[in-house]
Amino acid sequence: MLNHLPILQVIVPLLGAPACLILGRAKLAWVFALLVSTAAFLISCQLLSEVYAQGPLSYELGGWAAPWGIEYRIDLLNGWLLFIVSLSSTVSLVAAQTSISNEIPGEKQLFFYVAWLLCLAGLLGILATGDAFNVFVFLEVSSLSTYTLISLGKQRQALWSAFRYLIMGTIGATFILIGIGFMYMMTGTLNMADLSERLPAASSSYTVFAAYAFVVVGIGLKLAMFPLHFWLPNAYTFAPSIVTAFLAASSTKVAIYLLIRFTYSVFDSDLRSAGLPLPEILIALGMIAVFAGSTVAIYQSNIKRAIAYSSVGQIGYMIVGLGIGGLLGLQATLLHLFNHALMKAALFLSLAAMAFRLGSTQLKDLYGLGQRMPITAFSFVVGGLSLIGVPLTVGFISKWYLVSAAVADGRWPLALLVVLGSLLAIAYIWRVVEAMYFKPSEEGSPKGEAPLMMLLPLWVLIAANLYFGIDTRIPLAITADAARSLLEVVQ
Amino acid sequence: MSLIFSHYNYWVVIALMMIGFFVVIAQGNLVKKLVGLNIFQTSVFILYISVGKVSGGSAPILSDSVTAYSNPLPHVLILTAIVVGIATTALGLALVIRIKKAYGTVEEPEIQQQDHSC
Repeated sequence: MLNHLPILQVIVPLLGAPACLILGRAKLAWVFALLVSTAAFLISCQLLSEVYAQGPLSYELGGWAAPWGIEYRIDLLNGWLLFIVSLSSTVSLVAAQTSISNEIPGEKQLFFYVAWLLCLAGLLGILATGDAFNVFVFLEVSSLSTYTLISLGKQRQALWSAFRYLIMGTIGATFILIGIGFMYMMTGTLNMADLSERLPAASSSYTVFAAYAFVVVGIGLKLAMFPLHFWLPNAYTFAPSIVTAFLAASSTKVAIYLLIRFTYSVFDSDLRSAGLPLPEILIALGMIAVFAGSTVAIYQSNIKRAIAYSSVGQIGYMIVGLGIGGLLGLQATLLHLFNHALMKAALFLSLAAMAFRLGSTQLKDLYGLGQRMPITAFSFVVGGLSLIGVPLTVGFISKWYLVSAAVADGRWPLALLVVLGSLLAIAYIWRVVEAMYFKPSEEGSPKGEAPLMMLLPLWVLIAANLYFGIDTRIPLAITADAARSLLEVVQ
Repeated sequence: MSLIFSHYNYWVVIALMMIGFFVVIAQGNLVKKLVGLNIFQTSVFILYISVGKVSGGSAPILSDSVTAYSNPLPHVLILTAIVVGIATTALGLALVIRIKKAYGTVEEPEIQQQDHSC
């Protein structure tokens, strides 16, 4: 049983989804989905500790050996991501029942959990597989269910944002498919480990170069890299609150994982240094994303939308880390993957709790919330501090590593810009704090805390934000080893 | 000249890809956008099928009289991608129906106008 864990990680939620449909009742489906997601989380914990202790695991699907059959390969990098994704799914599912009972009509709630589990299975599948084509298939599994989840939002704009995301997402996935096709043309293999051995021989050809370009642009669409981010703010704003918390914590992270995987494990380092100044492009796009995303966030009257724009900025930091490269840069990106998942999930859950009571996340409805919902309001403040990067929160740790990576690489101005970008975060978090604590409530506005089932996961995340901001041993050890093993593959 | 004619299937792929992409971007009608998306995806299917073809090779069915076979793997792969394409189109059309119900139109400019006015 134990050596089948890599496949169980994917197959449990994949089979859980239709099982939800058979259960037939929304509440039962929720309990079941929570159980499935918890199981996936426990499996990912076990996988991560095994990989950390013994090195990469390889699982041959159906007993067919690697270059011919499909291989699931778990190393520290995707073990780490599996942990993040299953953790964020489990934590947000705890709050899901309360939140969606308010936002989604009764008869659709059952399908909500089906789509959720499919999305989880797709995301975990992308991470676990070591086969390039399998990545595309799971990418579409997760994307199709994501479009469905977004379209379940209360307002009609949810439909329109889901449609736009569908168009953009499909173009992105098709680009990735073209890239994979080119790689197959040149090497005759789809296995990532095999590809990394055979691609160097062909790396002087334009086909491999085009393959990498298509893959990067396709993934860029998926991860909302700066000029390709237009679908994200609307999709996050109009999706049901709890879906936003899950997606913000997981789906873009998975896309960043793909970018790292293709850049460091599959393609050859010569290729990256050859035709294009890729590090400079990534750093420039990342920094523009930080400033553009944060500046736009300041002017939003809907806080959910502001935090969605801030996601574009935070993704920028991860791209900058990738661009700097090297051990420290990669480690900063990997750390920020985890830390951003913690803080964004916390912030969006906090917004979900507000939306549950107030029915909206408009800034003017949050006036005086500090007195009306003290616990929820305070959780937003702590999450916001983490987003800014105040010491003793996780946000500080990743910014610290990013800045030291920039300095170690001799990019002083970049280090300064990273710090400046954080100042913008203060602006949009402060607007909310000001509204919640220094403005009087409007007459007759709703009072009372959010239900316990929403506060519990929220405060677990807030506690994690603080805990991992103080005791950083676990994430640092894992990300350092993961970054080291990635660079060893290259050399 | 011979480059153009001997690789005509790839030129077809490129042409279809551009046409599909253009339709997706330029058309305001959501159904037409989906049609464009379909053409775009189909061009990739043709690319994969072209890759699998071995000149002079027969269909990959075991037979004593044949020695050269076309590569069946890209065909199998693209079968999966076709299914994915169908699922995407179905979901897209379902969304269009719901958009039509919610907005009363399937034209992008009108939808955006309604969103801005409210």
